[in-house]
Amino acid sequence: MSTLTHTNGRLTSTTREERLLSFNARYRQQQFTRRNWTLLYGALFLAALSGSVAVSDFSIPGLIKGLPMAWNYIAGTLPTLTLENFWADLANWYWGLRFWLRLLVETILMGFVGTVLGGGVALLLCFPASRNLVENTGIYFAARRSLEFLRTVPELVFALIFVFAFGLGPFAGVLAIAVHTAGSLGKLFAEVNENVDPRPIEGVRAAGGNWPMLMRLGVVPQALPNYASYLLLRFEINVRGASALGIVGAGGIGQELYVAIRQFEYTDISAIMLLLIATTSIIDITCETIRHRLIGQDMQAGH
Amino acid sequence: MNIITHGEIARLRRTNPALFSTPLIVRLRTGALWLGFVLAMAFGLWWVDANPMRIVNGLNKLGLLVGLMIPPHPGDGFWDYVHAMLETLGMAFLGTVIAAVLAVPLGFLGAKNIMPNPLFHFGLRRIYDGFRGIDGLVWALIFVSAVGLGPFAGVLAIAVGDLMIFAKLFAEAIENVETKQVEGVRAAGGSDTHVMRLGVFPQVLPVMMSHVLYFFESNVRSATILGIVGAGGIGLQLSDRMRINNWQEAAFIVLMILVTVAVIDNISRRIRARLIDAAPQT
Repeated sequence: MSTLTHTNGRLTSTTREERLLSFNARYRQQQFTRRNWTLLYGALFLAALSGSVAVSDFSIPGLIKGLPMAWNYIAGTLPTLTLENFWADLANWYWGLRFWLRLLVETILMGFVGTVLGGGVALLLCFPASRNLVENTGIYFAARRSLEFLRTVPELVFALIFVFAFGLGPFAGVLAIAVHTAGSLGKLFAEVNENVDPRPIEGVRAAGGNWPMLMRLGVVPQALPNYASYLLLRFEINVRGASALGIVGAGGIGQELYVAIRQFEYTDISAIMLLLIATTSIIDITCETIRHRLIGQDMQAGH
Repeated sequence: MNIITHGEIARLRRTNPALFSTPLIVRLRTGALWLGFVLAMAFGLWWVDANPMRIVNGLNKLGLLVGLMIPPHPGDGFWDYVHAMLETLGMAFLGTVIAAVLAVPLGFLGAKNIMPNPLFHFGLRRIYDGFRGIDGLVWALIFVSAVGLGPFAGVLAIAVGDLMIFAKLFAEAIENVETKQVEGVRAAGGSDTHVMRLGVFPQVLPVMMSHVLYFFESNVRSATILGIVGAGGIGLQLSDRMRINNWQEAAFIVLMILVTVAVIDNISRRIRARLIDAAPQT
């Protein structure tokens, strides 16, 4: 902007050619820096790519050899369904349906209980982790760091440790989900808290409320729809995560899937995976509908 | 300031009863929802066998384990861990890049403004959504079975797991393209390729790049555990150390994962902030 007015001020004393020349020079200069940045990023990208290829055993011959193998494997999991004998074939494919459904229910329950427990912990930790709600920076810092720890350690690592401590079975899985959920929801809840309208909080304070009352009456009513929405979103994610926890012995359908894959029960793999996809899709769609309604209500309540 | 007396409140209560009481049907619905929630929770806790004895015993054992983890110590495997960590980063990077490259055409296919047929659009979107239901770890298991142990299986697992999500996000980005710029290029006499190159692409690219970086971050996290099922990287080392009850080294590896994830997050957040700044503002 300043260069523009500067040149504008000298408009009369320069000829058209001079102005064109200086414009050209500036254009060249800008293009030059831009190209340099692009080149730098490109070089970094290429370096990272070749480094990755080197450490991960990735090679084009390997890919050419591996992809048909993977494709054969996936094709092998598809069952033989014939039209004339369709229902019997289907029954044959889903021979373990009752058992799988039971495990599927277990998976969903693990996701549900884990989400609720983790959400409870998150609700307790989110207030001290909101910058606008605590004066003591030490408490804020401690709450933030502990939430960070809970959510950065992978869920599966918690599951491995809990399987050691609490024994095999879905309980360890529930705890792992709860711990991870507490970390990630706590952060999201705290972000919601930081965006609330401060006036209701001041109102409660002026009426003589103490800190828990401020949170309960000033913050929670504003933030509740967003809490619920994040909770539902997390539930979707956790059902998906619960399906993998069985691999380390923490309950749910993952255990059965693991056995099927290890023992090369090809058609079982596809049967269970389709069940999983169907279940998670249904849960996703249901939760999405509820979420939209929740947020819609929030907007109608008027801001 | 006027003070509201009890009499006035009583009068208001008489004139506007709806303001002071919730209708019976709403109260019933709320009660039923809470009851259902509590019952589901109790059933879930019963199902997973969460009795107090078990919790106390488990916590004791957990305390013991944490005691064994302190202080975290790398043992003599430090450089092995560093190498495994680089392998993990490599897996995440390569998997993300492959998924992103393959997802570009899928994204154009799934965008409503490129493929206007609603049935096709709906079906394809459902397929994209459905694939999200499979966790990355399950893909890793499958690819370990298909192409053998090692990081290559991990790369494929990450690429396949992300492909459909990218396709969906890219499709949404393409749908949200501002039409004015497209029309501008067309009005200046641009061909269809020009429209794509100069009208659509500059708008879509920063959004796509930002998604890709975000997924790289999240893939670094998930790649750290893929090794548990044999797909290479630091997870393999971690599960090995746990299996032989070497908890000090296991704790050290967990700390390494935490530090690496924090560093990667930080770098990627900076680049994303720059990208979003560079994006053409409408």
